[in-house]
Amino acid sequence: MGGLTKGYVLRRVLMFFLTVFIGSTIIFFIPRLAPGDPVSSMISRMMAQSGYVENSAEIIAAWRLRFGLDGPLWEQYLKYLGNLLTLDLGYSLTNFPVTVMDLIRRGLPWTLFLLSIATILAFIFGNTIGAMLGWRRTPKAMKAVLPFTLTFTSIPFFMLAILLIYVFAFGLKWFPVSGGYGRGVTMGLNWEFIKSALYHAILPALAIVITSMGGWALGMRGMMISVDSEDFLILAQAKGLKPARIFWRYAVRNALLPQFTALALTLGSIVGGSTLVEYLFAYPGMGYLFYQGIVNQDYTLIQGVSFILITTTALAVLLIDLVYPLLDPRITYQKR
Amino acid sequence: MATSTSAQTGNIDNLSTASKGLSLNRFDSPWLNPKFVAGCILLLIVLLMSLLGPLVYDTTKARVASSPLNLPPMWMEGGSPAHPFGTESNGRDMLAVIITGAPRSLQVGIIAAVIGMSVGVVLGSLAGYMGGWVDGVIRTLSDAIITIPALAVLIVIAAYVKNFELNTMAFILALFAWPAPTRLVRAQVLSLRERGYVRMARLSGVPPLEIMLKEMAPNMLPWLAASLSGNISGAILASASLEALGLGPTRIPTLGMTIYYAIKAAAIIRGMWWWWGFPILTLVIIFVGLFLVATGLDEIANPRLRGASSS
Repeated sequence: MGGLTKGYVLRRVLMFFLTVFIGSTIIFFIPRLAPGDPVSSMISRMMAQSGYVENSAEIIAAWRLRFGLDGPLWEQYLKYLGNLLTLDLGYSLTNFPVTVMDLIRRGLPWTLFLLSIATILAFIFGNTIGAMLGWRRTPKAMKAVLPFTLTFTSIPFFMLAILLIYVFAFGLKWFPVSGGYGRGVTMGLNWEFIKSALYHAILPALAIVITSMGGWALGMRGMMISVDSEDFLILAQAKGLKPARIFWRYAVRNALLPQFTALALTLGSIVGGSTLVEYLFAYPGMGYLFYQGIVNQDYTLIQGVSFILITTTALAVLLIDLVYPLLDPRITYQKR
Repeated sequence: MATSTSAQTGNIDNLSTASKGLSLNRFDSPWLNPKFVAGCILLLIVLLMSLLGPLVYDTTKARVASSPLNLPPMWMEGGSPAHPFGTESNGRDMLAVIITGAPRSLQVGIIAAVIGMSVGVVLGSLAGYMGGWVDGVIRTLSDAIITIPALAVLIVIAAYVKNFELNTMAFILALFAWPAPTRLVRAQVLSLRERGYVRMARLSGVPPLEIMLKEMAPNMLPWLAASLSGNISGAILASASLEALGLGPTRIPTLGMTIYYAIKAAAIIRGMWWWWGFPILTLVIIFVGLFLVATGLDEIANPRLRGASSS
């Protein structure tokens, strides 16, 4: 039963490709379902902003060509998919000679660094708090204190980020207001840079950790309570095992499993939330690229960043899905 | 259904409290759960403010250039009683902005979450219980959409579409609100159907629909309640995030839009905390209210939970 079979792995990998395919199809078609094409809406936005655009007809024609908007829709779509396969995301409209992929190659490591650290910390803290809340034998004093930490965590990422900037960067001046590393620090594998990068990452990471802890704790609490009345726990108690052993090895171990599914599920929203945190801190990751794309009306950049975010999230989900059956033998993947 | 659950609830409560040697007041209604009540009060405050606010306060002051610029709240030096929460750099009165903005946020959140949740529960139990190709199709779809960071796609859409209506936004958000409940319900059903009592019911020839409703649904209720409330916050958050990036309905001053203007005008490092502080506070009251309602509902729906908590 269960376990990691060859067929399961194959299915998951196929699912990964299908996911990326559907995702990129959505970002290709939905904007084209909207009335008007992107180029003319871009022009009209420019007009709204600066009042008048010179040679708008020529700009439209040139951009149409660059977007590949001149052929029939299916032809555009096939060309688009072919480009994605080779990770060719085109040129950035505003920083012309630079390709979108170049910009992303610079931004992605920052996002991966910030997100992985913040997510892992939040997962550990949140689940521990939730497990203790759902556990009958947790000391009462602790149970009275813990919910308060959770109530504060129902504040969204970016709102807490604004508050943190105001208090710790603007008010107390303990941390930098923005950026990924200090001015005058050269990027590379030197201690100065690492120190500066970590220092700049503290506030954004804190915003993500504090705010996403609550979700984990809430889910974990529910699962712990379900596990609490399972027969194997009664047996464990009857055997006279130490409470700490019952808590960690019997209850938490079982309750934690669905949390891994939840991790795969919430990755998308964590990525979305961190987009805003990066934008607020001017942190040089994907979120900031996104914002630059929005401000500069850089559609190829927006679409490229969106595609890479979809792909990396799908990749992370694939990894979690591959680990999951190793952890939970109760779920059987065989067809019955 | 409701009566049978509450009867059961009473029994189990009796057992658990009796075993702990505590007394149980039989007139205690589970609906008087302190968290649930506190959450409802918070949400009611926001609701009342947005319903009664326009009657007692001049909301036309939410328009640009209707008030003096950059006034701090009235209790600070330089504040004026005519603008209790102060004004921002475009001449909007903050209190008026909040009164008109708050109901928009609630509206978007509730529409998107209710659609998403209903679709999710139906598809999730179908997929989990039926298995086979039904499961395959539903899972493939939800898998694909769930792993897509909704905000990333919404940004792409909003960047193309010029005029974003509030309800359009809600429907687009709903597009991304159903896969989460679908997948979690499915996982629960998958896990539940391996349990002894469900196998027993299946072996005794109970029809699938009855197993889902009678054996599985009550076990998923606490989780579903929390999830719905979480979904509402999620949708409100997504719309506010989009607005905070400067994308979204521009005609009405929504809370997220106000935050966007504040960020753009560097209100954070200018010390104008009331500009971003009040919209955020309003949203946080909504989020905390929803959170408390979710936990409260959990405890009301799930007797085991009340057994575990000391209250």
